[in-house]
Amino acid sequence: MVSANKKGVAVNQKSYRKPSLWHVIAQNKTLLLMCVPAIVFFFVFSYMPMPGAYIAFTNFQYNKGIWASPFVGMQNFKFLFQSGQLGLLLRNTILYNLAFIVLGNVLQLTFAILLNEVQSKRYKKVTQSMMFLPYFISDVLVSLLVYNLLNYDYGFISNLVRALGGEMPKVYQMAGAWPIIIVLVNLWKGTGYGTVVYFAAITGMDSSMLEAAQIDGANGFQRIRYIILPTLKPTVVILFLFAIGGILKGNFGLFYNLVGNNSMLFGTTDIIETYVYRSMMNSFNFSQSSAVGLFQSVVGFFIVIGANAFVKKLDSDYALF
Amino acid sequence: MATNSVQQPANLHDRPTKVRLDKSDMIIRGITYVVITIFSVCCILPFWMIIASSFSTEEAIRRTGFTLWPTDFSTYAYELLFRSPDQMIGAYIVTILLAVIGTVVGLFIISMTGYALQRKDFPFRNGIMFYIYFTSLFSAGLVPFYLLMVQTLHLRDTYWAILLPLLMNPWLIVLMKNFVKAIPHEITESGKIDGAGDFRIFYALILPSLKPALATIGLFLALGYWNEWYYSSLFLTSEVAYRPLQYHLYNVINKVASLRNSVAGSNVVLENLPSETLKMATAVVATGPIILLYPFVQKYFVAGLTVGAVKG
Repeated sequence: MVSANKKGVAVNQKSYRKPSLWHVIAQNKTLLLMCVPAIVFFFVFSYMPMPGAYIAFTNFQYNKGIWASPFVGMQNFKFLFQSGQLGLLLRNTILYNLAFIVLGNVLQLTFAILLNEVQSKRYKKVTQSMMFLPYFISDVLVSLLVYNLLNYDYGFISNLVRALGGEMPKVYQMAGAWPIIIVLVNLWKGTGYGTVVYFAAITGMDSSMLEAAQIDGANGFQRIRYIILPTLKPTVVILFLFAIGGILKGNFGLFYNLVGNNSMLFGTTDIIETYVYRSMMNSFNFSQSSAVGLFQSVVGFFIVIGANAFVKKLDSDYALF
Repeated sequence: MATNSVQQPANLHDRPTKVRLDKSDMIIRGITYVVITIFSVCCILPFWMIIASSFSTEEAIRRTGFTLWPTDFSTYAYELLFRSPDQMIGAYIVTILLAVIGTVVGLFIISMTGYALQRKDFPFRNGIMFYIYFTSLFSAGLVPFYLLMVQTLHLRDTYWAILLPLLMNPWLIVLMKNFVKAIPHEITESGKIDGAGDFRIFYALILPSLKPALATIGLFLALGYWNEWYYSSLFLTSEVAYRPLQYHLYNVINKVASLRNSVAGSNVVLENLPSETLKMATAVVATGPIILLYPFVQKYFVAGLTVGAVKG
């Protein structure tokens, strides 16, 4: 009885008449009920909005609601393509994400490997704690930290530059500086997190290979080059591919708090999600905002599917679905 | 397994060996200490700077800018902040209530779902998991979500609009599933033999052994509520009496007007308002609890990360 239960319906299906769906539901009603709150949650907050994507094909009027607003076909998309707006947003979003992914992973991996070479447990613990801290604070505070450093009149770095006899530019009016600033801040915030993940992967490694290498006289560089890096490669490749899957998503909180409504910087800092947010909340342009959002969702969906298929080919154990 | 491995580095260096350190080991170690130490200090220095500036006088900041040490020590910004503390106290109460209620309810639903979806004999587990997971692959986007919340559910200017969306997400349910996976299936079997129902098995047998998972996921949820400003900025207009802490901070930083409102009635001449130090003091008060609690809770996050990294 127990073993039949373990395999559940599958066994029944083969040997007997197929049990009715109601029967299966009745048999599992407690487990199903336990899932109901989550099912309702995702239904309301994720599935219910989905038909509303129709708004991207309308000229939305707030008081009429989604379904009574006039249908305009692809006009919103056409405008976004032809005005070059979508191209700019795509370029910014993708370039920022590529920088985050590549530089972030290189830095995290380097730090994890270096940390592993340290003997002192206390040092490892303390530095990991320090590096991890920025991950815990809100983007609102991050924007204040940056302001503290770069503000033209009082900023710490501004004063340092002046003290050294240099000329401090007005950073908050300089669009060209922000790609560097945003990438640096992102690295500052995320490196500790990633280092902890990679460090755990290294300490979880089979130590017998490292011991053997040491006995055979491999030095530090050789150990890293021939044992640690190859062992980590699958993890790195897979994390990388999944990161690519999310390349159209942005770190909205970071960008919006750092740049906000400072339109002087939009050329180099506007990503899809900040545009979507602003054009809805500030210019009330719901139709265009949702057109950009829908474009992001649909294209992003296919990129994730593609990345997953690629991962599946490499190592089906790591595939998400 | 992964949780333990954090505490027990399997590296050779941790054991006594007689193998001689050669030159490249020394170089690597030297680089490590320099690079890691510098980066670690950079990670906490800005926090220190905010604290230092919050204890400066406004004139000192106007004169010398933000420094690493309060030039003229002063607690004026804090005095001003607590002269009319209604906003801050209200923000604290709202944030704590949201965090406590959201974390408890979220944890309950997430662990219940995670357990059911991990039961091998539950025929709907793959279907429901896909249903949940799909929402992280495709969404309608911000605008339809916003209109649902505002026009259909009428949640604008209610705290529900913040409490509800942060209750759970697919990633946390997958994380919980991974934690449940580590609990031997025999526990469920023994419960069944004793005649316990599925919910009783979950509540009486599984939940107590999920404590580390509850700590980790609970902290993720609580952190989400504590740092929340996004849903507030979407759904809370000026009609709302008290804003969650980080959104309050957001307003203090970005809108001088709201800064002035928050000290209105405290008889400060607006032109002399110490806006810079007040910003910093607000930031310290709004973020303080996180920084203070951080050393104690940090290890649960590390545990969660490593479990999550085993299979995302």
